[in-house]
Amino acid sequence: MLRASLREVSAALKEGRVTPTELCQKCLSLIKSTKFLNAYITVAEETALKQAEESEKRYGRGQPLGVLDGIPVAVKDNFNAAGIETTCASKMLKGYISPYNATVVQKLLDQGAVLLGKTNLDEFAMGSGSTDGIFGPVRNPWSYSRQYKEKSVPKSHSQEDEESNWVITGGSSGGSAAAVSSFTCFAALGSDTGGSTRNPAAHCGVVGLKPTYGLISRHGLIPLVNSMDVPGILTRCVDDAAVVLGTLAGHDPKDSTTIQDNFKPFDLPNLTDVSKLSIGIPKEYHAPGLSSEILSLWSKAADLFKNAGAKVIEVSLPHTRYSIVCYHVLCTAEVASNMARFDGLEYGHRSDMNKSTESMYAATRREGFNDVVRGRILSGNYFLLKQNYENYFIKAQKVRRLIANDFVKVFGSGVDILLTPTTLSDAVPYMEFIKEDNRTRSAQDDILTQAANMAGLPAINVPTGLSERGLPVGLQFIGQSFQEKQLLTVAKWFEKQVKFPMIQLEVKRHDHGAFQHQKSASFS
Amino acid sequence: MRALTLGRWLRGARGRGGARAPRRVPPARAALTAPAPRPAPVPPRPAWQRGQQRPPQRKVTVEVLDRLEHLALVDFRDAEGVERLQKAIQFADQLHEVNTDGVEPMDSVLEDRCLYLREDDVTEGNCTNELLKNAREKVEEYFVAPPGNIPLPKLEERETFLQGS
Repeated sequence: MLRASLREVSAALKEGRVTPTELCQKCLSLIKSTKFLNAYITVAEETALKQAEESEKRYGRGQPLGVLDGIPVAVKDNFNAAGIETTCASKMLKGYISPYNATVVQKLLDQGAVLLGKTNLDEFAMGSGSTDGIFGPVRNPWSYSRQYKEKSVPKSHSQEDEESNWVITGGSSGGSAAAVSSFTCFAALGSDTGGSTRNPAAHCGVVGLKPTYGLISRHGLIPLVNSMDVPGILTRCVDDAAVVLGTLAGHDPKDSTTIQDNFKPFDLPNLTDVSKLSIGIPKEYHAPGLSSEILSLWSKAADLFKNAGAKVIEVSLPHTRYSIVCYHVLCTAEVASNMARFDGLEYGHRSDMNKSTESMYAATRREGFNDVVRGRILSGNYFLLKQNYENYFIKAQKVRRLIANDFVKVFGSGVDILLTPTTLSDAVPYMEFIKEDNRTRSAQDDILTQAANMAGLPAINVPTGLSERGLPVGLQFIGQSFQEKQLLTVAKWFEKQVKFPMIQLEVKRHDHGAFQHQKSASFS
Repeated sequence: MRALTLGRWLRGARGRGGARAPRRVPPARAALTAPAPRPAPVPPRPAWQRGQQRPPQRKVTVEVLDRLEHLALVDFRDAEGVERLQKAIQFADQLHEVNTDGVEPMDSVLEDRCLYLREDDVTEGNCTNELLKNAREKVEEYFVAPPGNIPLPKLEERETFLQGS
């Protein structure tokens, strides 16, 4: 039952084949068995069961609120959820109990979804591995799949070998991706600033949707880069992503950067004829370091569309290589500004230093932020210095326009959707990942996903196949602004053709004893 | 459900699909080289290389580092922190390779729309208790802060890594 898609389980709830409380309990118990994945920071057991009971009463009366009623979901820990600790995996917000729900969380709860808990991430969503939070790294569920074990772990493996062989989830919404991939929930929210939803989706073999900037409200999402952040949706199939999008999208008076156009939720048509489609293959997305496996998968996908009658052409986005540099400058600059709110005075960690306000702030921030966050704040402040403002910040904004214009040109020439790889390779083992520092890794891993954030375009990762090591690899579709319906329709067609295998997760009944953290929230 | 490996999908994909362009391998050469013609335009080689010549690493003066610590109210902590900044600047210097003459800076992708502004009416509030719950030091309805208007000690007097530089 837990392996079903969101729509299937929703139908089962409606028909009474399973009750919301049973479903909730099964998910909670699976979360306990998969504690070693470290996907969840906080598990809201009591509130989840209460929500499930309410849902059950509604089903009993024959009045479910919608498709999402009673469905267990998880939310990344940088979204505020009332009564639940929201930490952003940082010491700065440890112990901070949100007084309000983020708009997207509220929308999910209004539809009756059962919030299981908050998932793990990189500290303040900065990173591409979900390894830099204070609660420890998230483990990719595929590390424990039969597919990976058969291909990668040597036959004479001992428990120690298995311990050191596990691969990362990608980031920064790694916890959400791992939660969906390991069947503990049916949908999860992530955030996407530079690829933070699509990257872990590719590595964990799930669908990761980054909607157009301005479609979904950011109110309650602890901001990283105000001009590029969007809430991301992680699900097991494209139809589910469309369902969740339908619930979340739309104007929010509390977020003035949401567009005011009327959004109508849609059902995805079953596309059978792709001959009217024009697929663009941006040549710059064959970036240095792209693995030959992914290159070959990308080719096969292009062939797939071509053989089905679509027009597949090579296009050029000449400024792609600079998108990551541009992101680096704009992100650090906005981070320097956004992180200024953490001073310990109104919420969060507060240092004991009492000599003066400034020294208290400095001490609080010294104690509360990790190296990555501090590094970005300092870099950002450097780029914003009067002597550097024109050369770096304004320059980066100009390059941003060039990048956005590249896309406008390509879409204006008749291309409907772009097809690109999502990541340069499959998931790397953790021990290898930590050999490089966070900034280098982000610069390497976000290279294919970043430009869509620059231009605010919708993009989706669709799991495509397994690599030679038995790990998932995904491909990315980038669509035109606010054309999510077209994007998702094509993605659904592709998903059907590809038939990505289900993970064969082997969950042992005992804990692995590695660094793990989990709490039960019991606030009423 | 059996796991569908890459190879299986590959074979499956070839079998599926409608009209296929016939392979144009000249029969005379088929035995010799038979390079499979690339039917789809995915570039076989990387379209660009990562910058071979990195821009020179500019040294940042201690005055600037000190200024940054004051502005940001975070510290560099150790040599690695300073090194991180130097590398970040070097990385960002690649931007100067791009010609941006005549290009306007872009603040937001929604620049051709008007932001929504609501009516200036009070619609929510009165949540003092909830908001005070998260503060560590408070008195009645006030947040308590240490005395203000006291600047951070100068570099020589502060305990900071930069002191030794």
